[in-house]
Amino acid sequence: MDTVRYIIDDSEQAVFKVHRSVFVKPEILEQERSKIFDRCWLYVGHVSEVRNPGDFRTRVVGGRPVIFTKGADGEIRVFLNSCTHRGTLVCREREGNAKTFRCFYHAWSFNNCGELIAVPGEDAYGPNFDKGHLALREVPRLAHYKGFYLLNFDAHAESLTHYLAGAKEYLDIIVDQSPTGELEIIQGTQEYDIAANWKLLAENSFDDYHVAPTHITYFEYLKDSGVNVAIPKGLLMPRHGLGKALGNGHAVIDNQTYRGRPIAYWMPMYGEEAREEIAQIRAELVSRLGEERAYRAADTNRNLLIFPNLVINDGSSVTVRTFFPLTERRMRVTAWAIGPVGESATARARRLDSFLTFYGPGGFATPDDVEALEVLQQGIATWKEVEWSDLSRGMTKPIEEQLNTDEPHLRAFWRRWNELMQTD
Amino acid sequence: MSEQPQISRAEIEDFLYMEAALLDEWRLDEWLGLLTDDASYLVPPNDAPDGDHHDTLFIVADDIHRVKARVKRLKSRNAHAENPKSRTRRMISNVRIRSVVDDVASVTANFVIYRFRRHEQIREYVGRYEYKLRVCGGDIKIAERKAILDAEQLAGLGSVSIIL
Repeated sequence: MDTVRYIIDDSEQAVFKVHRSVFVKPEILEQERSKIFDRCWLYVGHVSEVRNPGDFRTRVVGGRPVIFTKGADGEIRVFLNSCTHRGTLVCREREGNAKTFRCFYHAWSFNNCGELIAVPGEDAYGPNFDKGHLALREVPRLAHYKGFYLLNFDAHAESLTHYLAGAKEYLDIIVDQSPTGELEIIQGTQEYDIAANWKLLAENSFDDYHVAPTHITYFEYLKDSGVNVAIPKGLLMPRHGLGKALGNGHAVIDNQTYRGRPIAYWMPMYGEEAREEIAQIRAELVSRLGEERAYRAADTNRNLLIFPNLVINDGSSVTVRTFFPLTERRMRVTAWAIGPVGESATARARRLDSFLTFYGPGGFATPDDVEALEVLQQGIATWKEVEWSDLSRGMTKPIEEQLNTDEPHLRAFWRRWNELMQTD
Repeated sequence: MSEQPQISRAEIEDFLYMEAALLDEWRLDEWLGLLTDDASYLVPPNDAPDGDHHDTLFIVADDIHRVKARVKRLKSRNAHAENPKSRTRRMISNVRIRSVVDDVASVTANFVIYRFRRHEQIREYVGRYEYKLRVCGGDIKIAERKAILDAEQLAGLGSVSIIL
């Protein structure tokens, strides 16, 4: 039995430390697979990705190949992508539309509702062979919140609504950006690996303490384009923001905007010609949501982490990002852009352009995050000598005053992680 | 009918090899000098290589302003992903002039770009270029360069912090 504690969490002494072994030991990852990824709600896809009956997307979620699809009966399901005969993938395409999934190995065929509809040479099987029990297996639990579909490999897990806790309110404000109340994933997937432990991206996705030093070149780019990125005394970012725990390990940074937002905060980079359309989008927000909520939607931005590995960053654009460990020191990240259904062509183009300024493997910021996490992972090969990482920023302040550049949100992630890792 | 400029494949190849050398040698200001004032540099997503960047999320979709900003960034010691700078070696082949309309030559070429960096695995970016080259007298300028990766996903290629 490992006697080293994973975290030291002492509010009175304002001490919060994470033991670096949790980023490097394969046995920790093994435990995470069973205690976290087999029990938590995991993002699989968005309703907009399977609009029509037969539409499907194949993904790997929690280490399992799955098919996210809408059946001919109109129901959205997630099947384990494994033939009930011997286990072969029944679908090898990334995406498409299919009436049936036919395993090529022995040609068993399933319809898009999962039923086993054809078995060659069925007469060779005995009386106990029942096609009704050999349907494609669905994941134990599937639910959605406002079109975001999550699955759970634990049949006894609490409901998604309950699980999401305070994160729902932040999903609401993101969905509220759409006049129709509907969002859609935009074509073009960014899938890239980072040679670092997956938990480091959970931290990094809403760690505003790193932004100014790591993303100097991004700030310079904004400054050159006419954005005021001066950092006021007492802050470490150009505008004020808070870090907040939302329950169940979910957390957020909730910031005043210092740069443009396609919805609906103009910045010079968008060009003079964009001013009028952004003003119209904003007017629609105000008329539909009222001034206060429109202000939140347009003039504040948020990076939301839904424990353990779904990140929705609603900043210079909106990105949906999920990531899974491949090994204890490598993760695979999948990221998409999301926007309102029915958005004009010019607004959509602006949203995508604004996305690429910061986010993504070719953006002006994400590559430096990747570099930071990779050299962190290299550095903590010293974990036996330099054992602890510090995450105590802001602990001396009242919880409601802890900033985005403090670390209450990171601690929320770690406390939940630690809690789950202590379970049997 | 307008008179079409005469340009040979050999001339185009010389130009592309020179461009590759400038990028491999991190002579980025000189590389910028090869671009027209309205040039664009595009890397489409692996799963939608034929997409349009106005309605598809690309990996890179730079207009001339962002290309210049990218070069400025890459020259900074604060572009951490490329500090220390990676070593690259570009192999350009299968150069074909697909059409010449007015003064614009549409050219395709295959590429392999090896990227080496200390403590990192070798990365092999493989794909094809689609160029729009503006040919004016003996002078060639790049109006558009699109680098289309063959990989199904970036995966081990990680981020695209160099200019492909």
